[in-house]
Amino acid sequence: MEIKVLTNIHKANDDIADRSRALLDSNGVFCLNVMASPGAGKTTLLLAMIRRLREKFRLGVIEGDVSSTVDSEKIAKEGIPVLQINTGGGCHLDANQLSGAYPEMPLADLDLLFIENVGNLICTAGYQLGEHKRIVIASVPEGDDKPYKYPNMFTVVDAIVVSKTDLIPYMNYSLEEFTRAVRAINPSVPIFPVSATTEEGMEAWCDWLEKESAR
Amino acid sequence: MHELSVTQSLLDLALEQAALHDAQKITRMDVVVGRLQGLVEDSVRFYFEILADETPAQGAEVRIEMLPAMASCRECDSQFELEEMNWVCPNCGARTLEIISGRELYLKSIEVD
Ligand SMILES: Nc1nc2c(ncn2[C@@H]2O[C@H](COP(=O)(O)OP(=O)(O)OP(=O)(O)O)[C@@H](O)[C@H]2O)c(=O)[nH]1
Ligand SMILES: [Mg+2]
Ligand SMILES: [Zn+2]
Repeated sequence: MEIKVLTNIHKANDDIADRSRALLDSNGVFCLNVMASPGAGKTTLLLAMIRRLREKFRLGVIEGDVSSTVDSEKIAKEGIPVLQINTGGGCHLDANQLSGAYPEMPLADLDLLFIENVGNLICTAGYQLGEHKRIVIASVPEGDDKPYKYPNMFTVVDAIVVSKTDLIPYMNYSLEEFTRAVRAINPSVPIFPVSATTEEGMEAWCDWLEKESAR
Repeated sequence: MHELSVTQSLLDLALEQAALHDAQKITRMDVVVGRLQGLVEDSVRFYFEILADETPAQGAEVRIEMLPAMASCRECDSQFELEEMNWVCPNCGARTLEIISGRELYLKSIEVD
């Protein structure tokens, strides 16, 4: 006997993510899932965001890491709540791991919760975590052709941050080329060129985030 | 790569469906995968053998239907395969495309006894 199933294999994951989102909503927490390649500048961007937003919002961070605690220690130094999830070699965070992590955070005392996903541009894109918005950081040293290589990622995100723009003068990188590649498959996604080093572009990026979180 | 967790999800889904229909044994699974998922067929089969061991899906045939990454042009509506590094409509030269297939990842059906 044949049984028609026609069910997305991420359905179980997405169901858990939906429940987590409801939990976050009931606590008034806006959650951002930050995806990128290894070393794209996720932690550095989060630190720069924390410095900018901490006066106005109560912040928290969940750090997804393959093994180390280096990143969560950097966040903890800022004195904001941080929780580390070690995936033990896993290439992405999933909704199940997060559903265990959210209740460990002081949700009632948070406005914004940032998740640093595992450094990976393929696997992370398939897994909802219960977040409200998801972004990808594409750093300048990775090259302006990234959208061609990871079209899935660049179409599922709500915003794209181009990081390390202070390095453009030293690299064979064209922001126009990058934008053109993104626009070919995703005409409407906002793109924010940012340098965490010079702070250039941070204001526009944080303004977007603030607006989205207020919706 | 996430073949391990994808395969586990596939198996879980199939076992759940089989149980729902009181089936004792799964003999085949039909899976649809889009190219953009970057999934490696061989490793799905490899993990499946390990994960399905001693479950009702043990020994099941895993058929994987690979769908190409297809785009359609927002200007002239023509459809074509999305080629690496060249996102231009071959018909009208426009650079505004919509991905219409290639992101699929679902269990289509199972054959049970
Ligand atoms: N020049 C420059 N360097 C940066 C910028 N942002 C990050 N970096 C550097 O890039 C390197 C990696 O930054 P991280 O923030 O650790 O990157 P990550 O994505 O969190 O890395 P993983 O968590 O290991 O995947 C560090 O040496 C940072 O100092 C930037 O805006 N400009
Ligand atoms: Mg980091
Ligand atoms: Zn066209």
